[in-house]
Amino acid sequence: MRRKGWRLSARRVGLYAFLLISAAFFLLPLYVMLVTSFKDMSEVRLGDLLSLPAAPSVGAWVKAWTTACTGLTCNGIQVGFWNSMRILVPSVVVSIAVGSVTGYAMSLWRPRGATLLFGIVMSVAFVPYQVFLYPLVRLFSFAGLNSSLPGIITVHTIFGLPTMTLIFRNYFASVPIELFKAARVDGAGFWRIFTSVMLPMAVPIITVAVILQVTGIWNDFIFGLVFAGRENFPMTVQLNNIVNSTQGEREYNVDMAATMLTALVPLAVYFISGRWFVRGIAAGAVKG
Amino acid sequence: MLRHRSRLAAQVALLPAMLIALVVYCGSTGWTVWISLTSSRMLPNNNFVGLRQYEILFGNERWLVSASNLALFGVMFITISLALGFLLAILIDQRVRAEDLLRSVFLYPFSMSFIVTGLAWRFLLDPTLGIAKIAHDIGFTWFEFDWLVRQDRVIFTLLAAGVWHAAGLVMAIMLAGLRGVDQEIWKATRIEGIPAWRAYLFIVLPMLKGSFATATILMATSVVRLYDLSVAMTNGGPGIASEVPAKFVMDNLFERQNIGLATAAATSMLITVVAVVAPLLYWRSRAEKAAS
Repeated sequence: MRRKGWRLSARRVGLYAFLLISAAFFLLPLYVMLVTSFKDMSEVRLGDLLSLPAAPSVGAWVKAWTTACTGLTCNGIQVGFWNSMRILVPSVVVSIAVGSVTGYAMSLWRPRGATLLFGIVMSVAFVPYQVFLYPLVRLFSFAGLNSSLPGIITVHTIFGLPTMTLIFRNYFASVPIELFKAARVDGAGFWRIFTSVMLPMAVPIITVAVILQVTGIWNDFIFGLVFAGRENFPMTVQLNNIVNSTQGEREYNVDMAATMLTALVPLAVYFISGRWFVRGIAAGAVKG
Repeated sequence: MLRHRSRLAAQVALLPAMLIALVVYCGSTGWTVWISLTSSRMLPNNNFVGLRQYEILFGNERWLVSASNLALFGVMFITISLALGFLLAILIDQRVRAEDLLRSVFLYPFSMSFIVTGLAWRFLLDPTLGIAKIAHDIGFTWFEFDWLVRQDRVIFTLLAAGVWHAAGLVMAIMLAGLRGVDQEIWKATRIEGIPAWRAYLFIVLPMLKGSFATATILMATSVVRLYDLSVAMTNGGPGIASEVPAKFVMDNLFERQNIGLATAAATSMLITVVAVVAPLLYWRSRAEKAAS
């Protein structure tokens, strides 16, 4: 009896040891980024990678935010932050609006061609974006959308469509059909049912959609690089420019502060939303 | 009257999606495939040359390095992430303390961009200031850890960053699957006296085929799109040692002005995805049918 208890607890110790080592592996990069960003360069060069800063200073953060150089201009990563915000807000709103209406029409009204359309839209979730880039660039320059805010917003709407359509279609398909029929008997039309019956019930799935789109669009690099234009480069592009176009000596503390600043928005979304984030992944994990 | 108007409204509501599907999804794909069959360089032309661009492509060293990097990275990334993620899910499922905290710690990297991931890992693996420095500082001066700048090892540094980013995602998907396993099955294995590890490996694992397929599909899609991570960590270097196909396409489209070759590469990527993902989707739908 005693022996069994001992073996069991040895197993528990092993279990916790493995979990803790794993946790350390996952936390290490974040920890190193944080402590490095509060050190000065001489300490980064001479001190211990893992030690806490001897004299913590926010100098690197201030420099990263206000004066770090991206190529020729030295206005800090704040430029990218505000660009990302200006891209993010309308892109999230428009992509969710289009996706929710599409999902609603597909699930409850099933107009002609809806099944085929859904198949085409869903298959794009797997296609490498490189396939679309060149024709889109040409199309956008023809339409005068290249290197503009409306252009990048359109791109995020186009490529947010598969996931957004999927989650809203699945959600509205699970709404009791009697509710929909009752609304129709009462004489409500397509848009009336959408705004007064469906949308008020869709708050949970809209939350999931917002989480998915905010993190996805904030983290985007390739679309911002190709479609936003130099004036509107999002934060990820500016961050890469700051870190990878440095001439002369690298300032790792500033680099790490800029990296942390860029990670802040998705990290905040993640830690505030908690289990909703996981729900978002599950909902967006394309089910054919 | 109203009925008709509503039907019409539903049709109209689908217009944006139809436009996107027709013009962007189908139209662009078609045009890309067509360009890849022409002699286009800086500008697209309609001079049909058959598979010439593909011959050039598969004789191009940079492309071959990119493609083999992707294959090597993809197989290792998916295998290791699946194994680590499933293991973490099993361990968390043992009624551990601070489960929520551990889950958050394992999953938070997934919320961050590949650019952030790449830059963080680049500093961590820096041959002079990163982890290598710790070994030096504690006296192991002979210790060299320069994989980031070694042509034959650099792909493994991308792999470390990739696994760090994605393992938590696998953990979350597998844990959801584990929580869905019928309690009766656990009771039955206990009564039969089957050891826990065997129960997980031979009884539960086959029941989680659907979850495995979902995680694999998600990762396979992101493998083919792999671009930001390579740009942030190594920019394809040293030399061309960490080039990837998505970067090959980008460089040839926007820097080398060789759109014929770029679209041939993009089309090859598309064919690869179809060849990998389609069987997985089929397998998953069969697994789901069998489960229900």
